[in-house]
Amino acid sequence: MIEGTGSIHKPFALVHKKKFNLKQGFFLSLIRTFGFAGALTLFVILFFVSYNGVHVLSWEFITQPPVEAMTKGGIFPVIVGTVLLTVFCMTLVIPIGVTTAIFLSEYSKPGLVLNLVMMSIYTLAGVPSVVFGLFGLGVFVVAFNFGMSLLAGSLTLAIMVLPYIISTSEEAIKAVPYSFREASLACGATKWQTIKKVVLPTAMPGILTGVILGTAKVSGETAPIMFTAAAFFTPGVPRSLLEPVMALPYHIYVLATAGTHIEETRGIQYGTALTLIVLVLGMNLLGIILRSRQRKKRAW
Amino acid sequence: MVEKKHIFEIKDFSIYYGAFMAVKTITLNIEANRITAIIGPSGCGKSTLLRSLNRMNDLIVTSRVEGQMLFQGVDIYDKDTDVIELRRRVGMVFQKPNPFPSSVYENVAYGPKIRGVKKKSHLDEIVENALVRADLWKEVKDKLNDSGLSLSGGQMQRLCIARSLAQEPEVILFDEPTSALDPISTANIENLLQELQKTVTIVIVTHNMQQAARISSYTAFMYLGELIEFGDTDTIFVNPQNKLTEEYITGRFG
Repeated sequence: MIEGTGSIHKPFALVHKKKFNLKQGFFLSLIRTFGFAGALTLFVILFFVSYNGVHVLSWEFITQPPVEAMTKGGIFPVIVGTVLLTVFCMTLVIPIGVTTAIFLSEYSKPGLVLNLVMMSIYTLAGVPSVVFGLFGLGVFVVAFNFGMSLLAGSLTLAIMVLPYIISTSEEAIKAVPYSFREASLACGATKWQTIKKVVLPTAMPGILTGVILGTAKVSGETAPIMFTAAAFFTPGVPRSLLEPVMALPYHIYVLATAGTHIEETRGIQYGTALTLIVLVLGMNLLGIILRSRQRKKRAW
Repeated sequence: MVEKKHIFEIKDFSIYYGAFMAVKTITLNIEANRITAIIGPSGCGKSTLLRSLNRMNDLIVTSRVEGQMLFQGVDIYDKDTDVIELRRRVGMVFQKPNPFPSSVYENVAYGPKIRGVKKKSHLDEIVENALVRADLWKEVKDKLNDSGLSLSGGQMQRLCIARSLAQEPEVILFDEPTSALDPISTANIENLLQELQKTVTIVIVTHNMQQAARISSYTAFMYLGELIEFGDTDTIFVNPQNKLTEEYITGRFG
């Protein structure tokens, strides 16, 4: 500025005194409140369950079977039951789900049939889990005569989680850049070699995330195993696929509603719930870590 | 006069996408161990023609061809042609460098590995040889296990060239290989291509006319799917026979 000329412009004319905008302020606080409410709910539940359950947690609690009509002792067979159900279920689901996803994203031709298949899968993913439970009862328990068993329960859970695994795997496979496939084919690779050596390894972290979140979902479900696999009480761990099992979610349900010692077993109920939450959150955490590592590695 | 060896003989060749005729009855011979450039404005069908040379166009479901295209005297579009073997012998490098998200070594070893080369010492030899030929060995020999995606743009493109060279191709097709690169990397690639033509036939699609003029022996000018003019690069650029060619290379449209 030239000295002595003065200025006819007000300096910093763009800076207004901050005015409180009522409408904007209202919606902003509303959004904040709702945002925190979601997080708060989780923490309240976690705190509540931990507060009530943490005192029963001990090495004995997770390694000993229940005794004295389940009013004392641990939940070892219950944990084993849930782990077995989950492992058998995922062993079935992963190959079928990933293969289906490969077919849908790499081999199927766009058209009516594909649309129909996709629509069925998405609809199936939205069916309430108790419907799968009834289906499992009708088909695996009764028609296939597996009875209430580890096998029937795993199959039912498998059918429930299959659409989820298919759709997450398909998305992971579709996210692999086309240029990778092009590069591989231009190297003289066959379509299958391209899928095996380039597409699947690149999509693997995404597929794994889906698998882990699916596993978490399976291990926490009650309704699908209620009529197909879960027993009120078994004297120990199952010795065959055709035996019923105890499972964490059903155990909580049983102790809290169907037992004769509901009040005395409150501690065990919360302890079981806490074990289940730790199991599921642990798997979710693993999924989140895998996903963030995948995002860091991604450079295309 | 020495007999010229034509590695590709293209006769009355057309490519359709559905009802759209992208390449219109082109007749053209490509000489071995030379650089042939295909130039022309966007959408003129030059990339389509290039991609038909190793049947990468097959990936577009609606595409269909007419006419004849011979590679070493064999009809590429014959139903008995082994497309996999064709693509091994006719490699391709793309516009955007596209190394796989794996190590430098794995990128170059990809082709040989899928063809069943297992012996480590043999693979090492192929990888080193390809990287040397792609003029990248000196820069990456100490970081063969680093991700191919960690290299610079120009290095990535040379890695893609090395990956192609590892399959011992007779031809490499380049689809605007330097359009995503800086001038120095571009110059490196151009020098590399001139060196490579001694052992490999090169067909390059480029938007950059100076590039075509600098490095190619032959130039084809395409416009709206037709081959307008084809000949010695010197002739095309100094003394074009067709008015359209002249207008394009003097920058009056493009």
